[in-house]
Amino acid sequence: MRFKSWPGPPGRPRGVDEVTKYQTKFGTLNDYEKGILEVIDDDPKRYTYSNMFEVASMSNPYEKVAVAKNMEFVLEVVRAEGASDWRICSHDEFALVMDGEVEFRFIKPDDASLVPPPEKEGSVALSGEPTGTRMGLVRARNGHMTLLPAGAAYRMKADQPGVVMLQTIAGDDTVYKWAEICRTIP
Amino acid sequence: MAVETAPGVKVDAGEPNEHGYRTFRLGEFEFSRNEYFVYVRWPTGSHVMSADSFLKALQRDVAWDFFYGIVNFDGVVGTVNHYGTVDLFAGRYNDSYRKAELDHLENYQTPLIRETFKSMLDDWTNEGFDPFASPTETGSAFGPKTGDNRKAITRHRVTAKRMVGLPGDEPIRTDDSGFPINRHFLDVPQDEPEVLPEPGFESEIGSFNLFAYLSRSDVTWNPSVVSACKYSLACPTTEEYILPIIHGNDRVEWFVQLSDEIWWNVEDRDTGTARVKVVMKPGDVSSMPADIRHQGYAPKRSMLWVWENANPDLPELLSSGKLPPVAVDF
Repeated sequence: MRFKSWPGPPGRPRGVDEVTKYQTKFGTLNDYEKGILEVIDDDPKRYTYSNMFEVASMSNPYEKVAVAKNMEFVLEVVRAEGASDWRICSHDEFALVMDGEVEFRFIKPDDASLVPPPEKEGSVALSGEPTGTRMGLVRARNGHMTLLPAGAAYRMKADQPGVVMLQTIAGDDTVYKWAEICRTIP
Repeated sequence: MAVETAPGVKVDAGEPNEHGYRTFRLGEFEFSRNEYFVYVRWPTGSHVMSADSFLKALQRDVAWDFFYGIVNFDGVVGTVNHYGTVDLFAGRYNDSYRKAELDHLENYQTPLIRETFKSMLDDWTNEGFDPFASPTETGSAFGPKTGDNRKAITRHRVTAKRMVGLPGDEPIRTDDSGFPINRHFLDVPQDEPEVLPEPGFESEIGSFNLFAYLSRSDVTWNPSVVSACKYSLACPTTEEYILPIIHGNDRVEWFVQLSDEIWWNVEDRDTGTARVKVVMKPGDVSSMPADIRHQGYAPKRSMLWVWENANPDLPELLSSGKLPPVAVDF
């Protein structure tokens, strides 16, 4: 396929004359293909093998489903749909949009006691939008990683269903459903 | 010696041989090369590897400062990181060698083996060969000694303290900073997120296009930290062709396939017995238990999120049996 003046996807340089031979494949909530775990001499459960788009397709909005765990640290998959609760955390977290468009809003709460103490790991839900100073917002799309800074209240919002992967620490609202989401038989 | 070595560390290297390459000694190990091959000798045996395969493995060991656990150059030779000292072994994790009692292992203070490996990589890497590149992106590793490629073998390794793109942290990649889009990723969108801070909060919120960032990586199979949550390190990397080492874990690590696909051969860490084959596609998530070793095959450059726990207590907890070798027991 040869493109002479085709603009290409957003952000791509215009007027590039080249032969595009390679198509990069990403997954989406509506278009994904699961891989293969071929067992030769092992227990498939040891590989905790799942697919985040499948997980998100079965999740409630903003349910924080762990798809990976290493001691206290987790990767959670969140189905972003509508507006989430306001949450806050004592440490940084990172949100990678894997599908869709998600708006992150941040507030620095006036009430410092809303920030969990350092020993409390994982985010906690707030009872509503906290009173405080608006810090700003981020609108992130596929492939965009956003910092959820320690001590800042945040809320996610997605007009269409999307998928976010959170790099964080396990908390009160982390949901574990390994037997449901992982490959368990050879 | 051509390369700068750390003060107080004496690298044992001979004069150039008839092909122009120096021979290196480390304890009772000897490393030599000619136009095509690298030879490794030890008191109970010897081994030969293709020079390109050896240099690609050596590059990873040097760049990752011996990484986590075992870096197998192939099924015979490799290193084990003890985080202050390093084992260099031949046959230690090969069933046949162990049974025949022909395996050999020596332990060194890290600076000595580090400087020896750095010197070897420098001396044996010719102009035009990039051990970090995929095969179609680089010149040949073969032939007599010709120049060097210090620029390629001493690249800065990205290690974000908090997140790429934040003030004072690792910068994003651009054409102007010397990182054009890789030929396999020309179709990856380069749009940046909208970051709209309120006045006074410009340095407190941040976001960047990770997929675009990875599309501009000029190396393969090189996990580099883009975000850090205490010991939780996100180390995505771009993979093409074959992982040049067989990685034997000393802790659980996780893979998340961000794009395209990778085929993994997974074997028992100590014996090499085949365990599973994994083909990961976009969105797939898999743990790699702490008692296996793995090698990946990527038919097209792909994006892989490698997730590590850098807690220094983990190897001892696992080796002593206080922790199971699997991430989750369900």
